[in-house]
Amino acid sequence: MSYTATEMMTVAAARALRDDDVCFVGIGLPSAACNLARLTHAPAVTLIYESGTIGARPTALPLSIGDGELCETALTTVSVPEMFRYWLQGRRITVGFLSGAQVDRYGNLNSTVIGPYAKPKVRLPGAGGATEIATSCGRVFIVMQHNPRAFVEKLDFMTTLGHGRSGRERRAAGITTQGPVLLVTDLCVMQPDAETREFAVTSLHPGVKREQVRNNTGWDVRFAAEVDETEEPTAHELEVLRDLNARTARAHTGA
Amino acid sequence: MASFCRLTSAITELVHDGDTVALEGFTHLIPFAAGHEIIRQGRRDLTLIRMTPDLLYDQMIGSGCARKLLFSWGGNPGVGSLHRFRDAVEHEWPGPLEIEEHSHAAMANAYAAGAAGLPCAMLRGYTGVDLPAVNSNIRFVECPFSGERLACVPAHRPDVAIIHAQKADGAGDVLLEGIVGVQKEAVLAAKRSLVTVEEVVDDLGARSPNAVVLPSWAITAIAVAPGGARPSYAHGYYGRDNSFYVAWDEIARDRQRFRTWMQANVLDIQA
Repeated sequence: MSYTATEMMTVAAARALRDDDVCFVGIGLPSAACNLARLTHAPAVTLIYESGTIGARPTALPLSIGDGELCETALTTVSVPEMFRYWLQGRRITVGFLSGAQVDRYGNLNSTVIGPYAKPKVRLPGAGGATEIATSCGRVFIVMQHNPRAFVEKLDFMTTLGHGRSGRERRAAGITTQGPVLLVTDLCVMQPDAETREFAVTSLHPGVKREQVRNNTGWDVRFAAEVDETEEPTAHELEVLRDLNARTARAHTGA
Repeated sequence: MASFCRLTSAITELVHDGDTVALEGFTHLIPFAAGHEIIRQGRRDLTLIRMTPDLLYDQMIGSGCARKLLFSWGGNPGVGSLHRFRDAVEHEWPGPLEIEEHSHAAMANAYAAGAAGLPCAMLRGYTGVDLPAVNSNIRFVECPFSGERLACVPAHRPDVAIIHAQKADGAGDVLLEGIVGVQKEAVLAAKRSLVTVEEVVDDLGARSPNAVVLPSWAITAIAVAPGGARPSYAHGYYGRDNSFYVAWDEIARDRQRFRTWMQANVLDIQA
């Protein structure tokens, strides 16, 4: 079955989630990956949206983090202060699934501004839950479209801490959660080096050349000693993802 | 006890130029009708507080109501930018907008601290990021017991909080259901409060003993505003108009188109 680069990315990101994960879900690409996992290999995964919905099981992808179907299908819905205090800060969430406008080689994210903060070229939405998701969840998965504007040498603003500006700041700050352990793009899968914490390509999606990854990355990107080929999406994964996307399109246009 | 009044007089009496105002609702139960009445009455120099300034604050900022915004995520959820908010920050149109930017965790804690009557909120947050460098209201304290360094932000104490809820009974007790966000905290943190409701009923009806109910004596005023959360939604009454959230992107992108839309759909409409 043929498939798009975005489908490959979503499938590869979904595969990282396990049945016993409790996952704080960001909107957009993370939400698609998390629900694909729930509808395929991880039916028992607990999906949490920052609107307070714990154990949401939506039939279509929500447009916002607070669509009605999240609440209607959730095990329970708690207030937003409770969500951030007891469940997130209380360290009850195993995975934070994030995206951003910019990422650097240490998995730090910018979702605040492009250009200087006081006089931004582009004012982005801001932190939302991401700042504390990245330090309170057991580990962090990042999913992003791979291009040189997003994969940058230096972030314009650090909204969300990965491993820090030199790869050492996270540990130096005494943060005990793991931080970003996986970066999935439409070209490849990247994981941090055990020592330097710099992300290196560990798997290329089928048909993708190293040159493409280099051309789309704003830093001198490293490749792991052994680079695998990502297992291509199965017919079942594609079928479930396409059904989910079709239901989502119908739900959002009111058709 | 809460007084029942018309939306127009509630806004006239409770919201003044220069006030600090929190219109809350986390995707759900966003008090659009009340915000539109603030725009129609031409309030100016407001300090607006809201975790997720979405379309309603885009409209209020674009209409020139706001001097300052305290927030943690200013986007059109699942769609993209808030163009009026961006235009204000990037180009000072229709005027400059001062911003005080936080994370969700800090905003939620700041409301909870306000409701609890505390001067500030503490949280484990903001470690290693740039937000404290651009917001002097993000500070750090040392836990007197463990020595842990914790983030600290001022409590939210708005002059007035405005929320939308499903229903009130004749005595003015209010029931909220579904995604309840920070609405209870916002009301309890504020000096004055207005709750708009879908309907007033004789009795709030069958509910869990743990349902979110705001007693009449904790609320200043209630105004009936059926459909008052549209295009957001009211659990049990109507769904979120996702197609309008998508359409807003084009409407708000252009200053003139925005003004034309506001004239026809807000300014020329009677509350």
